[in-house]
Amino acid sequence: MAVMVGKGAMTNSIEELAGTDLLLVAGSNTTEAHPVISLRMKRAVRNGAKLIVIDPRKTELTKWATRHLRIKIGTDIPLFNALAHVMIKEDLIDRDYVDNRTEGFDELAKHIELYTPDLAAEICGIPAEEIIATAREYAAANGKAAICYTLGITEHSCGSHNVQSVANLGMLGGNFGKPNAGVNPLRGQNNVQGASDSGALPTDLPGYQKIERPGVREKFEKAWNAELPKRRGITKITAMDQMLRGRVKGVYIMGENTVVSDPNTNHAQAALEATEFIVVQDIFMTDTAKLADVVLPAATFAESDGTFANSERRVQRVRPAIKPVGESRTDVNILLDLMARFNIDQNLQSASDAWDEMRQLSPLFGGISYERLDNEGGIQWPCPTEDHPGTQYLHKDEMDSGLPGYFAPVDHIPPAEQTDSEYPLVLTTGRRRSTYHTGTQTGRASGFELLVPSELAEINSYDAEQLELKDGQTVTVSSRRGSVEVPIKITDRSPHGTIFMSFAFPELTQTNRLTSDAYDFITETPEFKACAVRIDKIESSTTAT
Amino acid sequence: MVTEVKNKLNVEVNGIEIGCGTESRVLDAIRAAGFDVPTLCYDERIGPQGTCRMCLVDVEVDGQKQQVAACTAFSSEAMKVETHSDSITEYRKTILELLLSETASPANCPKCLSFKKCELHTAAEEYGAKWDAFPSLVVREKAVDDNPFIQRDYDYCISCFRCTNVCNDWEQAAAITVEGRGQENSIASYFNNKLLDSPCTFCGQCINTCPTGALTDKKITGKTKADNIERTKTVCPYCGVGCGIHLLTEDGKLKGTEPDFSAPSRGSLCVKGQFASWEFVKSEERLKYPLIKENGAFRRASWDEALDLITERFTSFRDEDGPDSLVCWSSARSVTEANYLMQKFARIGIGTNNIDNCSRT
Repeated sequence: MAVMVGKGAMTNSIEELAGTDLLLVAGSNTTEAHPVISLRMKRAVRNGAKLIVIDPRKTELTKWATRHLRIKIGTDIPLFNALAHVMIKEDLIDRDYVDNRTEGFDELAKHIELYTPDLAAEICGIPAEEIIATAREYAAANGKAAICYTLGITEHSCGSHNVQSVANLGMLGGNFGKPNAGVNPLRGQNNVQGASDSGALPTDLPGYQKIERPGVREKFEKAWNAELPKRRGITKITAMDQMLRGRVKGVYIMGENTVVSDPNTNHAQAALEATEFIVVQDIFMTDTAKLADVVLPAATFAESDGTFANSERRVQRVRPAIKPVGESRTDVNILLDLMARFNIDQNLQSASDAWDEMRQLSPLFGGISYERLDNEGGIQWPCPTEDHPGTQYLHKDEMDSGLPGYFAPVDHIPPAEQTDSEYPLVLTTGRRRSTYHTGTQTGRASGFELLVPSELAEINSYDAEQLELKDGQTVTVSSRRGSVEVPIKITDRSPHGTIFMSFAFPELTQTNRLTSDAYDFITETPEFKACAVRIDKIESSTTAT
Repeated sequence: MVTEVKNKLNVEVNGIEIGCGTESRVLDAIRAAGFDVPTLCYDERIGPQGTCRMCLVDVEVDGQKQQVAACTAFSSEAMKVETHSDSITEYRKTILELLLSETASPANCPKCLSFKKCELHTAAEEYGAKWDAFPSLVVREKAVDDNPFIQRDYDYCISCFRCTNVCNDWEQAAAITVEGRGQENSIASYFNNKLLDSPCTFCGQCINTCPTGALTDKKITGKTKADNIERTKTVCPYCGVGCGIHLLTEDGKLKGTEPDFSAPSRGSLCVKGQFASWEFVKSEERLKYPLIKENGAFRRASWDEALDLITERFTSFRDEDGPDSLVCWSSARSVTEANYLMQKFARIGIGTNNIDNCSRT
C-alpha cells in the first residue's frame, strides 16, 4: 500500500470503525486476533452498518455479517478486481475523487475489464450476484466505508498485490482521507508498528526515510557522526537463504522465537544451525535460544521504559512496574552497553534519550515527547511539532505521499503450492483469542489450559467423513516439508478441503513444520495462509477400534 | 474521543457557572464543574440506566424545582443544579442503607480487601450509611462456578445490572443475564451453567464495571491487601490494538492487571490482557543471567563476559568477512526505543543495513 498512497498503516482510527456505514473485513478473524477492535465492528453493525466479511472460514464475525463471501483461499485479487469491475461498469465510482486525487484510472479500468463477476465467481467460488451486490453496497456507502484486513490478505505469495487490489477499491470509492472510512491493515503484534517506525527495516531509516533517497543517509551520518552503509540490507527471509549458503556468519536475534514462528521450521532451524555465531536476547529459553551461542536475559514489558505504537499509529508510554528479575536487563540497556563496546559515540543513557534522538531525526514523530504522552495520553503520528495534535486519519487533503494515489493493475497469482492427489487438502494457519503467537506467554498464564487445552486441526464434516475420522481423534498432518500429530475438531467453520491450525503449542504440535516457505516477492511476507497437506490416521489408534 | 464539544448551554452547579454541550446530561455538567455524585448503575460506555437513583439532584429551571436523576436528565439553558442539599443527602443515605441491607458485611468485601474500596462502600462511608440500619430481607447466594478467572460473590450484588449491560451492550458476548423479578432477581449464566460452558470470553469487563465486591479477579482476590497496592499505567503486551492497562504491584511484586479507563481503549480488554499479561513475567522459567554455550552446553556467564564475546566475534566477522556477513533481527515485541537502538547498532556499529524485524511473521 505504501507505494500507492504513502505509508502502510491503518489510515483511520479504531474508534472510528464504530461509526462507519459499511465495513468490509477481508482475511481477518477479528474477534479472535483483535478482540477489542471486533467490539467496535459489532457496535457498527448494531448501529445499522453493513458488515461484509470475506473469509474462507466461518468465524464468530461471520455470524454478525450482513454478507459472508466464503472465498476460496488465495483468490482475493480476482474478487477485488471484479468488485472494481462492477463499480466502474455500473458507474458507481466517486468520479470527483478519482479525477482529483488519483492517477492511473484508465489503465486500471482497461486492466480489469477481463475480471467480470462471472470469471471471479468461477475462480473464487462465490456467486456472481454476491459479488455484484457487494460492489453496489460498498459504493452506496459513499465515502463512509471502511475496509479492514489482516494476514489473510498479506500472508500469501501475492500478498502485496492483494493489498494493492484492496487499495484500488478504496480509492474508487473515495474512501481515503475521510473519517469512518479508509483501508486499514490491523497490525498483529503489540509493537509491529513501532518496530517498523524505528527504522528496523533493511530499506528504511527511522520514520520510513528511504536509505536510497538523496540526502537521507547524509542527514543521519551527520547526526550520528558516522558513515552509513549505502547498499540496502536483506530481509529475514533472504537472510535465512544466505545462512544456508554460508554467507551469513553471525546473527543477533532480539525477542523473537524464529524457529517456531517462521514458516517451514526445518528450514529455519537448518538456517540457524548453519550460522557460525548466534546471539539471542529473550525472556525465556525458547527453541530459538537453544540454538544460540550467547543468550542474553532480557526484561519484559512490565520491567521496561519506552513506547509501543499500536495499529492506529498511536504512540503510547510503556512504564516499568517492577525491577527486572534476576540479572536480566532491559533491551535498551543491553543495547546501550553493547554500543559502547563498539565505540559508538553517542550521549544516550535511557529509553527517553533514544526516543528524543529518534524523533529529532523523524518529522513523523517530531512532536511526540514523553512529557506530552504523560500528560495527554497516546498520540497518533504524523505529529511533526509539539503543538500538533496528532493525526486521527491519514490522507485528509492529499495523499500522505504528497502525490496522487496510484491505481495498481494487478493479476491473479494462485498460491505457490497447489493441492494434488498426494496432498489434497489446504492448510491455513491463524490465531485463537486465548493463545498468543508461539504461546511462550499465554502458555504460562494459569487457567488458560481450560480455554484451548491444545492444538486442534479444524476440519469440515464432509472431509472428516470421507477420511472416516472421528471428532477428537489424533491424526498425522503432513506436508512436503514435515509432519505433526494433532487431534482433529470436526466443524463447519472450515470449508470443504481446508483445515485450520494455530501455532501456539509448539511443545506438542509444531505447526510451522508444515507451512510453506513461499513468500511474497515484494515484501517477503511468508505464505502462512495456504499450503498443501494430507491427513493420515495413526495406525495404533485405528487398530484399537 | 471523536466528538467535538461545543459549549452552548450555561448551567450553574452549586453556584458555579459551567458551559456544556446541548447533548450533555446533568451528570456531565456536575462533573465538568468539579463536583460528583455517586453513580452505582452508571458506566459511561453503556449510557445512563437511571435505576439506582443515587445520582438524584435538585434542579431548577425557569423557577420550577424538581429532582432528577443526573445520569439520565439532559442539561438545559440556565439550569441550576444543587448536588448535596440536606434532603438529597439524607435520601442517598437511606438508599445506601437499603442496598447495604441486601449485601454481606462490608468488612469482608472482596474488592475492598484486595483491590481498592468498592464504589458501594466508598459511597456508604461518604454518607455515613450503616450496614445494619435495616433488617436483611434478601441476601443473594454466591455462585458455584469453579472457573479460574472470575469470582462471583453475589452476596455483594446490588442488582445494578452493570455486568449484564456491559456483557450484552459493550462486549456483546451475552454470556450473563438477569433472572427472576423484583427481590427474587439474580445474575445468571446460560441455564445457570458454569461460565466456562457459556459464551463468556473472560474479557473481565463485568469484573471491572461491578461497583461492589460481587465480581472480582479470582487470580488476585484474597492474595493482596488493597492498601498496599500500587498501580502503574502502561500498555497491554499482546496484540496491535494497544489497550491501556494498569499493572498492580504490592511490595515491588507483580500481582495483577486492571484496565486503564482513561486510555483510548476505554477500559476494553480481552482475556489475554485481563488474565495473561503478568504471570509470565514472574515465571520461574525466566532467563535470569547470561549464558554462553561451550562444547554444546550452556554455562552461566557474567554480563561483561557475554557482551565482550559478542563484541569480539562480531568485530572479527565484520573485519574479515565484511559487515554484510552479519544480520540483526529486531523485535515487534520490544519497545520502539530498543528497536531504534538495534538498527543504529547494525548500521554504524557493524556497518550493515541487514536489519529487519519480525513484522512479516
